[in-house]
Amino acid sequence: MNGEGLRSIVESLLFVAEGPLTLHRLAEVIDGAAKSDITAALDQIGADLEANQRGVRLVEVAGGYQLRTPKENAEWVKKFLGGRPARMGRATLETLAIIAYRQPVTKAEIEAIRGVDVDGVVDTLTERNLIRAVGRKDVPGRPFLFGTTAEFLQLFNLKDLSELPTLKESDQITLPEPAGEGVLAESAEDER
Amino acid sequence: MSTNVQLDIFEGPLDLLLHLIKKNEVSISDIPIAAITEQYLATLELMQSLNLDVAGEFLVMAATLLHIKSRALLPVSEGETDEDEEGGDPREELARRLLEYQRFKDAASELSQRDVLKRDVFVRQAPSTENPAPADYRELSVFELLTALRRVLERLPKDEFHEVTLERITVREKMTLVLERLRIAGRITFDSLFADARTRMDVIVTFLATLELVKIRAIRIFQDAPGAPITIDAAVGLEQASGVIADEQIKEEWDER
Repeated sequence: MNGEGLRSIVESLLFVAEGPLTLHRLAEVIDGAAKSDITAALDQIGADLEANQRGVRLVEVAGGYQLRTPKENAEWVKKFLGGRPARMGRATLETLAIIAYRQPVTKAEIEAIRGVDVDGVVDTLTERNLIRAVGRKDVPGRPFLFGTTAEFLQLFNLKDLSELPTLKESDQITLPEPAGEGVLAESAEDER
Repeated sequence: MSTNVQLDIFEGPLDLLLHLIKKNEVSISDIPIAAITEQYLATLELMQSLNLDVAGEFLVMAATLLHIKSRALLPVSEGETDEDEEGGDPREELARRLLEYQRFKDAASELSQRDVLKRDVFVRQAPSTENPAPADYRELSVFELLTALRRVLERLPKDEFHEVTLERITVREKMTLVLERLRIAGRITFDSLFADARTRMDVIVTFLATLELVKIRAIRIFQDAPGAPITIDAAVGLEQASGVIADEQIKEEWDER
């Protein structure tokens, strides 16, 4: 099998695969080809689709490769498919972000950051298979620890967790000298 | 839930505080506590007057703010500062929590700006199957069906002294009868299938007919939840199912020759 042949086979498998296709799985199926050749074929396919501004693009997502439509065609695809995707509210998104960055994390730890009860949101996220219980924390009550799933990576077009944008470093908390006149004066002024 | 209405405006007390801090163009690390507390309480009042349920967390924060404010107003003498349980600026802990929350708010907004699946980017649709099972139903195992059958058999009158007539209902005829009932009712319970069965033979023929219908994929047997009534509905169009039974009949007749 020459390079073109391999590229064609890889593209076919990407087309029929139901989810992101791993390099491991590709190598398993195309047993005559070396992994390095398959990677080269993948790179070539991705570059071709990109260069010709094709209607599908090769994306590395959730540890595998998947054909996805480019963002600029979203309007048409949405119109064709009809219906509307479940929108994710702020509460859901914030909770998901905390779990993604702090995993494994307990409900209590999430609540400490958000300042509100997260029972309902955690249940919804679990039902949507975006998070799952990954263990129990070794503290009294042995609460569940939650982490994100492969579906989470797929939803946000992430190759793996390391691709999450880095959390902005919190600004240095510089406070005036504790107590003393400063605080008093300022407070009095604010009170008017 | 009533809390959801209010959550749509401010996700929680920290969210409201961040909003006020931004509105006042002040720094998180140097919150003018008196002014912010006043505005915070005014917002809670407004929310309450709009009949929005103000969740407990908002009230806890109100108490925290008032506590910090009162401490800031108290004259501090050298000796008392050391005894103070927190020490330092009472606003520091609040500022730390606000900054932490702000980081994740930013992270959430960055996540939503990515190419989100089914919003910005799409994958090939999985082929849909005909007549998908209702989402909330669970399929039954043969063992669960057999347990249900045993229950039906146990309900039969124990003594049958006068069983003289031997009605010969074939499985095939029963299959048609079951489909007829589905045509009328749309969906029936497993138990109601046996409502007018008088003998073990009746029950068993009906049961076999039901299994046969499952086998040719004409009907589906489901349960809403473990322990819930077992339910039967048509898996394909009833016309199609009747056709299959008719075909089976012809085949059997051939076999009998």
